[in-house]
Amino acid sequence: MERDDMRTPLARAIGLGSAKDGVHHWRMQRVSAIALVPLTVWFIAAIIAQTEAEYTAFVAWMRNPITDILMGLLLIALFYHAALGLQVVVEDYVHSGAKFAAVIAVRLACFTLGAAGILATLRIAAGS
Amino acid sequence: MASSSPSEPQRPLSPNIQLYRPQLTSVLSILNRLTGILLSIAAIALVIWLLAAAAGPQAYAIVQAALASWTGQVILFGCTFAFFLHFFGGIRHLVWDTVHGFELRTIYMSGWAVVAASIVMTAVAWIASVYIGR
Repeated sequence: MERDDMRTPLARAIGLGSAKDGVHHWRMQRVSAIALVPLTVWFIAAIIAQTEAEYTAFVAWMRNPITDILMGLLLIALFYHAALGLQVVVEDYVHSGAKFAAVIAVRLACFTLGAAGILATLRIAAGS
Repeated sequence: MASSSPSEPQRPLSPNIQLYRPQLTSVLSILNRLTGILLSIAAIALVIWLLAAAAGPQAYAIVQAALASWTGQVILFGCTFAFFLHFFGGIRHLVWDTVHGFELRTIYMSGWAVVAASIVMTAVAWIASVYIGR
């Protein structure tokens, strides 16, 4: 028998194959975490520099293309990381049929918030 | 208690969290999850802040006033500390992923380092903010 697959003897006997994305969640949690290290450091430093900034000064900062790009990347990495993390929390504590609904709700909320944040950033940059 | 039928062997139960004495390791593990949930909520505020700025000066002024209020400042301070705990705790996890730092002494040293770094960086961030705000 081939021994190079990672399944347990039971999984091999049942023979359903792998779900193909078992490691993906774990790996993407790390990848998004690594992306968030420089992005959040930039964000905190930039926000401190913007302390008590007037609207015009804030908009001027937001119209800088570098700010735009970094804010967009921050929102993507942040809400991806949040969706993955909150999914684990839901899976650990919700055991009823509500689990599936809760995971979907977490994903939709994170996607919506990330998209809203990026669209707001673009609108400020475009100067509506 | 679970009934012990022949098909269900008695297995040891995992330690009950209410009875188990808190340790630095377990407390930091719980805090990493709690701060993760808290920061997800704070991320909603970040989006509201951006949407307000996109809506115009009036909406932006309302959000800025809320953030500058006493409650707003206390919440922001809490979020700063929660952020640094999750940030340094996360880096500790990334180091563990490389299969390093699992010895008992190292685990406690890195744990206290996370606590110390979080306190120091929260203080640095707020001192810098107050200094720039003047």
